[in-house]
Amino acid sequence: MTLLKLKRLRTCFPTRDGLVKAVNTVDLEIGANEILGLIGETGCGKSILGMSIMRLLQPSTRIEGEIIYKGQDLLKLSEAEMRKIRGKEIAMILQNPATALNPVLTVGDQIAEAIWLHQTMTKREAREKAIEVLRSVKIPSPEKMANECPHKFSGGMKERAMIAIGLACNPALIIADEPTRGLDASTKEQIIKLMKEVTEEKSMLFITHDLDAAAEICDTVAVMYAGELVECAKTGDLFGKPLHPYTMGLLDSLPCRGLKPIRGMSPSLIDYPSGCRFHPRCDYASAICEKKHPEMVKVEDRHYVRCFMYL
Amino acid sequence: MTEKTIELTDLRRLWDTYSEKRIGVIGLVIMLVFIVMAVFAPYIAPHDPYELYNPMEPPGPDHLLGTNDIGQDILSELIYGARVSLFIAFFVSIVSGLIGTILGLLSGYYEHVGFFIMRIVDAFLAIPRLPLIILIAAFMRPSIWNLVIIFTILGWPITTRIIRSEVLSLRTRNYVEAARMLGAPDSYIMIKHILPNVFPLLVVRLVVEASHVILAESSLSFLGLGDPTAKSWGMILHYAFMYPTIYISDVWKWWMLPPGLCIVLTILSLMFIGYALEELVNPRLRGMTQV
Amino acid sequence: MIEVEVEVRDLKKYYTSGVLKKRYIKAVDGVSFSIKRGETLGLVGESGCGKSTLGKLLLRLIDPTSGEIFFDGINLLRLNRKELRKIRPRMQMIFQDPYASLNPRMKIGECIAEPLKLQTDLTKREIRERVMELIETVGLNTEHVNRYPFQLSGGQNQRVVLARVIALNPEFIVADEPTSALDVSVQAQILNLMKEMKEKFTLTVLFISHDLEVVRHMSDRILVMKAGKICGEEPVKS
Ligand SMILES: Nc1ncnc2c1ncn2[C@@H]1O[C@H](COP(=O)(O)OP(=O)(O)O)[C@@H](O)[C@H]1O
Ligand SMILES: Nc1ncnc2c1ncn2[C@@H]1O[C@H](COP(=O)(O)OP(=O)(O)O)[C@@H](O)[C@H]1O
Ligand SMILES: [Mg+2]
Ligand SMILES: [Mg+2]
Repeated sequence: MTLLKLKRLRTCFPTRDGLVKAVNTVDLEIGANEILGLIGETGCGKSILGMSIMRLLQPSTRIEGEIIYKGQDLLKLSEAEMRKIRGKEIAMILQNPATALNPVLTVGDQIAEAIWLHQTMTKREAREKAIEVLRSVKIPSPEKMANECPHKFSGGMKERAMIAIGLACNPALIIADEPTRGLDASTKEQIIKLMKEVTEEKSMLFITHDLDAAAEICDTVAVMYAGELVECAKTGDLFGKPLHPYTMGLLDSLPCRGLKPIRGMSPSLIDYPSGCRFHPRCDYASAICEKKHPEMVKVEDRHYVRCFMYL
Repeated sequence: MTEKTIELTDLRRLWDTYSEKRIGVIGLVIMLVFIVMAVFAPYIAPHDPYELYNPMEPPGPDHLLGTNDIGQDILSELIYGARVSLFIAFFVSIVSGLIGTILGLLSGYYEHVGFFIMRIVDAFLAIPRLPLIILIAAFMRPSIWNLVIIFTILGWPITTRIIRSEVLSLRTRNYVEAARMLGAPDSYIMIKHILPNVFPLLVVRLVVEASHVILAESSLSFLGLGDPTAKSWGMILHYAFMYPTIYISDVWKWWMLPPGLCIVLTILSLMFIGYALEELVNPRLRGMTQV
Repeated sequence: MIEVEVEVRDLKKYYTSGVLKKRYIKAVDGVSFSIKRGETLGLVGESGCGKSTLGKLLLRLIDPTSGEIFFDGINLLRLNRKELRKIRPRMQMIFQDPYASLNPRMKIGECIAEPLKLQTDLTKREIRERVMELIETVGLNTEHVNRYPFQLSGGQNQRVVLARVIALNPEFIVADEPTSALDVSVQAQILNLMKEMKEKFTLTVLFISHDLEVVRHMSDRILVMKAGKICGEEPVKS
């Protein structure tokens, strides 16, 4: 059962230097109760993809394609209708907890606010609900911590608070943007465990550049490079036998696999290399890679890849 | 060659970002009009502001805003008034900004020096501003320079405090530590690494301070404590206000309204500029570390 | 030649907080170890255990509460300001956040030229040539000279930092989580570059990280830190 389906999604920013094509024709499906990982290097467009689904970008942004959520196209909804979706149906856990939390409001108030927006209840009830949510993300003594401002929270606790805000209205889909960034190993472990628990009966788009985290929590993983998806497969398959040279390169650069880097740098999103966007960095590149842009092909059951080697 | 072009595009980019805030552009335009007025007063003003014509003439082709009780052309007074008001504002904000920057840098960088300077700053800040200005002005002979001194004395502590708090945070930035690891002397670090990064904040502060000074100067002059030989807008208001039948007749429309508007417009334009600059300065700095 | 490059004895750094009732944060609490010349010592531990504090203490970027630090046989704590400034170019530090380590208002070229301007008598032209040389050594392009740090990626900025750090041929480098703000693929590039530099310039390195895998890859010996104390050694996998 498909919960969310992106069809040829394109998100561009007009800038003075040219059109930044941050997301360029992405097709993606998230099923009910599925955790989909989106991995890729910084700046490849992961966050923008997530924000496009939530329609949280500045008005000048151009979003094309379709975002089908439970059968309706989110891009066709009015702003008022979209507000009913945000938080209640789809919640986003933003990238940087240090700036996403309001420093002058108590954490309890911020969660209660998220609840008020969608449910009619008294102040007191919202507060109690907020404490309940804080407890569900395992914040110790939530009654007390609800009255504290974010700066009293450590990095891991802030991330928990962010997750709590996301969970407040019991959404069907959670978009988590790099929830483990900047946390040390053991805290990261805890956050991932928590996210696994709270998304037991939910779907999640888990955006990360941390391959270990993705391997641990996701059912399916999509690899993004320069605004497009280059490979998508079940987690075991993707990490076990990656097909796209970029995915292989990413895995080889992990410390536990020998720290072999991919040569070169990610391309600018204003003008990509012609043909396959990865070809200047690819060890397997041949003449055709430079000329033609490969399409996504199905290699095995639920294993898709965008590379001429598999055509 | 290439270096120059990059500088130019940087300025261009800065301007583009600034001009995104329409309010900032409006403020800048108003300010420019006043500055042109002040600089080119002798060429723009239709008459010498001190020359006496028929007193209390209503606006007409000869005197666009009429004349005052002793027969001076009000429009010319206004145009020359821009000189006095803007001069005091900019002079004070630059001098107090300079003092504040130096003391702020030192007190932010050296903890012990900072402790002493901040106690002095606290003492100055505890003084209520306007009553003191009135008191001093009433006892000193009113002159432009006395006003300048008073406003400078009152302006520097705030600047010092603002600059210091910024320096305190910049001091622990990694690039400052990296410069220390190169064996760079303190003076070099302050000038090369800290000063350029407090500069944006300083500019905003200067603009805000200028608007405060204009307001304070106008209030003082209005109360008759300004310099009678250099007529600022506040001074014009003062004389208008003293005129016995100012409210009964229509005279206030061309004698009180224009200088009042000038004061309000200058302050507003400075506030607009400050607001737009602040928008420009903050996210840009944040954006730099994020990208 | 002294075999031991860096040695610390019973080093402590306590931070105080609270005005009336003083509370101590024991950031570094009695640490002793030594690093041999040319060795890379790894230091791992959870965040907040005092790794960065220890790194900065070694370079005297902050002053310890008590203890002793020897660098090349010199007691760093006995030096006055001037002597310290003289010895500093021989030790360098690489920080975690590449954007924060470079002055946002200085061009890349100026950033790399800065150490040369401060510590050598090279002419303008010689400095320019050396900057170009350094830029190529760290795998950047000469066209980057006129860019600002915010116009480069994190990985590129960290290369700039490396170029600056090796400009004066230092002996000892503290690398404080130099790659934890970078992507895995970029991390691999930077770590390999650091290894290369280390061989080329025979550097002594204190490599700090919370990622044991990374430290294993870089170090000859690994110390584990916990709550301000060294709590043991971790074997380096073959
Ligand atoms: N408002 C914007 N205007 C222009 N370019 C943008 C804007 N926001 C993001 N970008 C660019 O879009 C690209 C994708 O950004 P992002 O999705 O945040 O990357 P990441 O994969 O690290 O989350 C980046 O190269 C960024 O520079
Ligand atoms: N300037 C400071 N003032 C007060 N406490 C500090 C200061 N710097 C660091 N600390 C504290 O010292 C401890 C160790 O910090 P740090 O060395 O940064 O740890 P690590 O680098 O291992 O993450 C932390 O608890 C931190 O809060
Ligand atoms: Mg992102
Ligand atoms: Mg640290």
